[in-house]
This record gives sequence, C-alpha cells and structure tokens, in this order.
Amino acid sequence: MTEPVRFFEVIRYTLGRLSSLIISLVIASLVIFSVIEVIPGDPASFMLGINAREDTLAALRSEMGLDQPLAVRYFDWVIGLLQGDFGNSWTYKTPVSELISDRIWVSLPLAIYALILSTLIAFPAGILAASRRGGASDVTIMGATQMGVAIPNFWFAMIMVLIFAIHLRWFSAGGFPGWNSPLQGLKSLTLPAISLALPQAAILARIMRSSLLDMLSEDFIRTARAKGLTRSQALWRHAVRNALIPVITIIGLQFSFLLAGGIIIEQIFFLPGLGRLIFQAISARDLIVVESVVMLLVFTVIMVNFAVDLAYAAVDPRLRSKV
Amino acid sequence: MNLLHVKDLSLSIGGIQILQDVSIDMLSGEIVAITGESGSGKSLTALAVMGLLPRGSVTKGSIWLEEKDILTTSEHDLCSMRGRAMGMVFQEPMTALNPVKTIGDQVAETIIIHERVTKFDANKRAADMLQRVGLTVEPSRYPHELSGGQRQRVVIAMAIALRPKLLIADEPTTALDVTTQARILELLKDLVADFDMGLLIITHDLAVVAEIADKIIVMQKGCIVEAEDTHELLYNMRHPYTKALFNASTHRVNLPEYIPSLPLLSVESVARTYNLPRTSVFGSRPKLQALDGISFHISHGERVGLVGESGCGKSTLTRAILGLEEVQKGQITLDGQPVFVQKNLNMEVRRKMQVVFQDPYGSFNPRHRVDRLIAEPLHVLENAPVGKERGLAVSKALEDVGLSATDANKYIHEFSGGQRQRIAIARALIIEPELIIFDEAVSALDVSIRAQVLDLIADLCQKRPLAYLFISHDLSVVRTVTDRVIVMQFGKIVEQGQTEQVFSNPQHAYTQSLIAAAPKLPEVTYAIETV
Repeated sequence: MTEPVRFFEVIRYTLGRLSSLIISLVIASLVIFSVIEVIPGDPASFMLGINAREDTLAALRSEMGLDQPLAVRYFDWVIGLLQGDFGNSWTYKTPVSELISDRIWVSLPLAIYALILSTLIAFPAGILAASRRGGASDVTIMGATQMGVAIPNFWFAMIMVLIFAIHLRWFSAGGFPGWNSPLQGLKSLTLPAISLALPQAAILARIMRSSLLDMLSEDFIRTARAKGLTRSQALWRHAVRNALIPVITIIGLQFSFLLAGGIIIEQIFFLPGLGRLIFQAISARDLIVVESVVMLLVFTVIMVNFAVDLAYAAVDPRLRSKV
Repeated sequence: MNLLHVKDLSLSIGGIQILQDVSIDMLSGEIVAITGESGSGKSLTALAVMGLLPRGSVTKGSIWLEEKDILTTSEHDLCSMRGRAMGMVFQEPMTALNPVKTIGDQVAETIIIHERVTKFDANKRAADMLQRVGLTVEPSRYPHELSGGQRQRVVIAMAIALRPKLLIADEPTTALDVTTQARILELLKDLVADFDMGLLIITHDLAVVAEIADKIIVMQKGCIVEAEDTHELLYNMRHPYTKALFNASTHRVNLPEYIPSLPLLSVESVARTYNLPRTSVFGSRPKLQALDGISFHISHGERVGLVGESGCGKSTLTRAILGLEEVQKGQITLDGQPVFVQKNLNMEVRRKMQVVFQDPYGSFNPRHRVDRLIAEPLHVLENAPVGKERGLAVSKALEDVGLSATDANKYIHEFSGGQRQRIAIARALIIEPELIIFDEAVSALDVSIRAQVLDLIADLCQKRPLAYLFISHDLSVVRTVTDRVIVMQFGKIVEQGQTEQVFSNPQHAYTQSLIAAAPKLPEVTYAIETV
C-alpha cells in the first residue's frame, strides 16, 4: 500500500476534487449575488415594500452599501463571508452570523442524527432483504419501505407526538432546551430525527437492496462461491462494499435535504432551526438573511459532495486513477 | 480409482430438460475436455460438479468426487470442499475478480476460509502462488491495473491455492488473445503435471481441445454424443455431429478470384494519440500512441483482413475509417473523398460504407421491427426509396442474406444469433455500399453458424464485387475469407501482403509468433473434409 504511484493517485484525486469544489463555490456565490441583484427595483425597496418613505429607503440603501459599484459590493460580500461577517439582519436588527450560529446548532445535529438513524435502519434492512430475496423478510421489508416512501414525514411526526408525547409522555411535544444539558438536547431532537429519518431510510433501504442484488449476480460472486465461501460470506465480503457507491450518492443527497428541508418538522416541533429562519426571512423580505443562509446551504451541499467524492475513492480503487 | 465419476447425470431447471444421462470418468493427472456448441449443457455440467447449480435445479444420477457424491452432500460440506477439493476458473477474467480488493487478498481468501492460518501466512502463501502461476506484479495490485491474461493467472492462483485434486476451467482462454491463450494453456498443463490434478476443461474451441486434452467429450443438446481418447476421436470419428463440428471449424469458403482494380479506401499515414492519467502529481500526462503512421489501400472488390491482439489499435482504426473518431495526422479517403469534412462526417462517404458489428444481441434496437432496422441506413441516401419501393428493397436485402421477406414484420428477439448476424449484413447491404467493415462479425457465433455466415459472405461476393475490411482475432477465419491481410502491433502495421503468403511464410517476428500461438487442429480433419 505504500507504493509511490498509489500515494500520488490519492493526492491527485483529492486535489482534483478540491479544485472543482473551489470553482463550484465561486460560481455559486456569483449566481446567488446576481439573483438578488436582478430583482426588480433594488433590494432596499424590495425589502421595505412600495409604501416606504424615501428617507428610510435611502438610509437602508447606504446601510446595505447599495450606493457602491456592483463589483465592489460583490467583493465586500465575499470577503465578509470569508471573515464570518454576514451583514446585519434588517428585521431582527442583529448580525446574521449570530442568527445562523444559533440555528445551525439545532439544524446540523438534527440532520446528522436523522442521517445516522436512517443509515442504521436502512443498511440492515436492505442487506437482509437482498440476502433473502423473494422470501418473507424481503416481502415484509419491501412492503414497509413502500409505505415509508409514500407517507410524508410530517404525518409520522404527528403520530409520534400523539403516542410518545401526549399518551406516554416520554418526550416533550416540542421546543428545544439548548445544549446546556446535552442529553436533554438530544432527547428533544429524537422525535423530529425519527420522523425525518423514516422516509429517508425507506428510500435508502430500497437502493441498498437493489444495488446489492445487482452485485450478487456479478461474476466475482460466482468466483467467490467457487472458492468455498457460503452465500452470506460472499455477500458480506464481496458484495456489500461494491454496492456502496449508489448508496453513498443517496446519503449525500439526503444530508443536503435534511439540513434545510426539515422546515415542516421544525414547525411541528417548534424547533428554532435553519428552515424556520429562512422561511421567516423570506416572509419578512429580509434579503440579507436569505442571501446568507442560501450561501451557507450551498456551501454545505458542496462540502458534502466533496466528502462523497472522497468516500467513492475510498470504496473503489478504480476511481482513484480517473480524473 | 477414478478421481471424478459422473454417472447418468440428468438435470432439469423449471421443468426444462437440460442434461440427459451424462457420464464422465476421469483420473488424477488427466485432462478431459468437454466441447460442444452453445446450449449443449457443457457449462452446467461443470457447475453441477462444483455443486453450484442455479436455484430450481432438479437432478438425477450421481457425481462422485473420490468418495463423496456431490449431489447428496449438504451445502455446508460443499462449501468446505469448494476451493479445497475442487477449484474452478471462469471465462471472463475481466469480471471474475472483485474490483475493490487487491489480488493478493483475493488469493489469500481461499486459504483463510479453509484453514486456520494467520493473515500473514496466508498472504505469504498467496504471494508464492501468484509467483507459481507466473505473475510478476505485486500482490497489492487491484484487478483493474492488470491485463486480461494477468487476471486469468490470478483466477487460476485462487482456484489452485489449496492444491485441489480437481480443477474445472470453463472457457478459460476464450476471452484472451492467441499468444496469451497459448501461455495460459501451457500453464494449466504444467500445473496438472506438477500437482497431479485432474483438469476438466470446457471449451467450444476444437483446436484448443485437440492440443491440450487426453480425452474429449462431445456434447449436443444436453447429451454426450461421443467420448473418446483424443487420438482415437480425432482419427476415428464416429458420430455425425462430431464430424460436422470438426468440419465447420476448419471450414473453407469459395471466394471468387479477386481481379486487381482501382483503389477504393485509402488510409494515408494516419496517427492518433490518447492522453493517459498522470502517474505523478506534477509532470506531463503520458501518451498512448494508438495509431502510428498507418497507411494502406483497399481496392474495389478487394477483401482485406486486419489482425492483431487487443490494444494493437484495431478498434481505433475502425472507428477512424467509419468516421466515428477524428485522426490527428494523415487522411482517410473513400473513392477520393475524405471521411471528414471540417470535423463533420462526410455523407458522400457514408453512403458508400457500412459496418457489421460483433454482438448480434446488442446492435439492434429491440423495440423496432426488422423492417425498420434494415431500412435504417436508407436515410443517408439523397433519394431514398419510399412506400412500396422501400418494402421491396427490404425484402430483397432479406432474401439476399437467406432470410424470407415475411421476416420483415418480426422483432429481433424472435431470431437466433446467426440469423441476427444475417440481419446485420442485410442492413449493411441495403444501400449497396462499396465497402463493408466486418468488425469481429463472426466471433460470437458457434462454429456451425459461423461457417454458414462465412458462406453467405462468399456468396455475396459471387453475386457482385464487394470490398470489405474483415477485422478478427481469429486467424483461421481471416485466412479463408480474405485476399490480403494486414497485421498490426502497438499501433503500427508490421506486415501486410497476400493472405496465403503471409500465413505460409510470415516475415515479421510478431506475425510468426501469432501464427505459432494459434492452436491448430491436426491435419487429420482435413482428410475427413474431403471424404
């Protein structure tokens, strides 16, 4: 494993991915910036509405730096982002960075929590279904995932609130106590994480199953069996790792969705998350907040994709030599 | 005592009879070959011996490997026998290995699952075994970094790591080049002698069979039609099917004489390089010279063969002639017109050139009727026939290749492999091209079907002067259907000349090694042909 060629391969692959990550970030920032710019009128009049007074408008314009040329504003914005300065929210009158950092500590743990749950459910379910293809467990698991895909997550959320919060009183029905007591924080995220995870787990289990079944019909599985491996040894030692590529792709997509797409769940459980923040910012026409949160989400998505690319290379040696 | 004793084995899958009363006897150190055409049941016989029959198989009879009947042994016991008492090598070296594990790990796995050994010892033994099968690369390599022949060596190392008494090889060299095939067969023979193994080899290639086997079993439609010692079988064939099989594999066609005429296709100092992935972080990308100063002509009505091993540039050249890929240097012209006009395919050239590919299954759209499939090239014509005329053209093309006009309404899945290749030829013929490219056009066919398709090509040449470029790895086929042959190696033409001359008196060392490596049937079969 210490051959020089291999070491170069890994570095070359990582550098290649890294450069495409930087390019994506630059393009994304340009797109987000120009979308805000092309809105009819200017951001200030958009935020204040048509009945705004001239002097309020002028005050906002100069506060937002709208009297500066376009290029200067873009670079100011990007440099600000790099330094963690996202500007001030118009409606909350506080720095956007503070707004985001409060909420990211709810949304990020929630997304990770949900993702871990969904993976923990999906992997065993998918593997079991594939190894018992056509059997009772396969049929049961496939039936369950069919329902998981079809039923929306907010329905799970409401049912869980009914059972675990109202009837059994094991969890509170909503709210977030903060991370002062990590256990309490985790506990309050449990029901939302489960409701987010169930539909994702259903999709992931189906992908895992079909990807595994594809692998089980490959020639190298037959070779493994001819060596004397049992059916399940062949599955675990040869099929699972090969089946991971499509599964990793889906996990990456799901994480991006979970981070901001949990807005309905955040609403049901009264969680102060990113989804709610962006929803409120859009309703209040607070463009500075919208712009920053969108940029943050895009940044996360690109980072997740980078991580997914690295995971591909870790799983499949063939991908390391391709750039 | 017999090493393997198969007695009256019958097999049915889903109610369909696959094997009937198959009996095989073989001793240690013996090489037994099962041969036959596709669907004869030879591969399933091998899988039955391994106890790896597909689900839903119903068997009768017995398969004794020394003192154990495979058919009555539990799956648990079979697992401990596979790899230890019997090993198997498969046809496709490209897919038979797990792409995400190193070759060393995969060989060591055979040892680890059967014996109580440390990982270190298993790796050590795996490395020794890889060396024994003649592999010179590190065990830490992944399969995708190896050539087909090297991968087949890895598969063999895996199968023999525990020195099983019986090795089964299912078409072990079919996917390999001739020179690689010769080396792998040599290795197998050597291993049999060294380990005192029994080798049950399954192949459709009679020349391979004749060279390697002590005993030959000929199968047809699930039954054994003849089983004899090699010498006895070759010199005293009894069953008509065996005779037909041997005749077909040495089939010679009747080509009309080629009358020298004006050049049609001209390839002038064509070159093409590809960039390969970097091997270090800095430094330029290495280049692969796929085509290097290729020049040759094909005249009107001339039949030219192109041979060479994988990676010699055959495919790149074919793609360049067809206008599917631009060349970086040189020029290709047909009837004086360039294949490319300013990066675009020249339609004038397209009208005069058609192609027949290897895969009779993958080269048709399954959702179109034959009628539409065959008529497809017509749209390159300026005044393509329509309505009744178009129907007539399709019927004529079908009849020209020995099918009937009513076949036009069928779908492609209703035809066998040989019929599909006829349809592919009909599709190429419909615009009456000056030049046809046959790209491994008969390589996927069984010998008897191959003989028929070759006859068809010769027939077509009788009817009208037809020029073609016949690309194949099979030297015996090229020898019979071409007037002139071109030999390629590493992107260069190393030899070209009259086919008979090149084959009987090859000048270049590479041509000599190709011809020497190709397995040959003994002369005896020619005698049978003339009877």
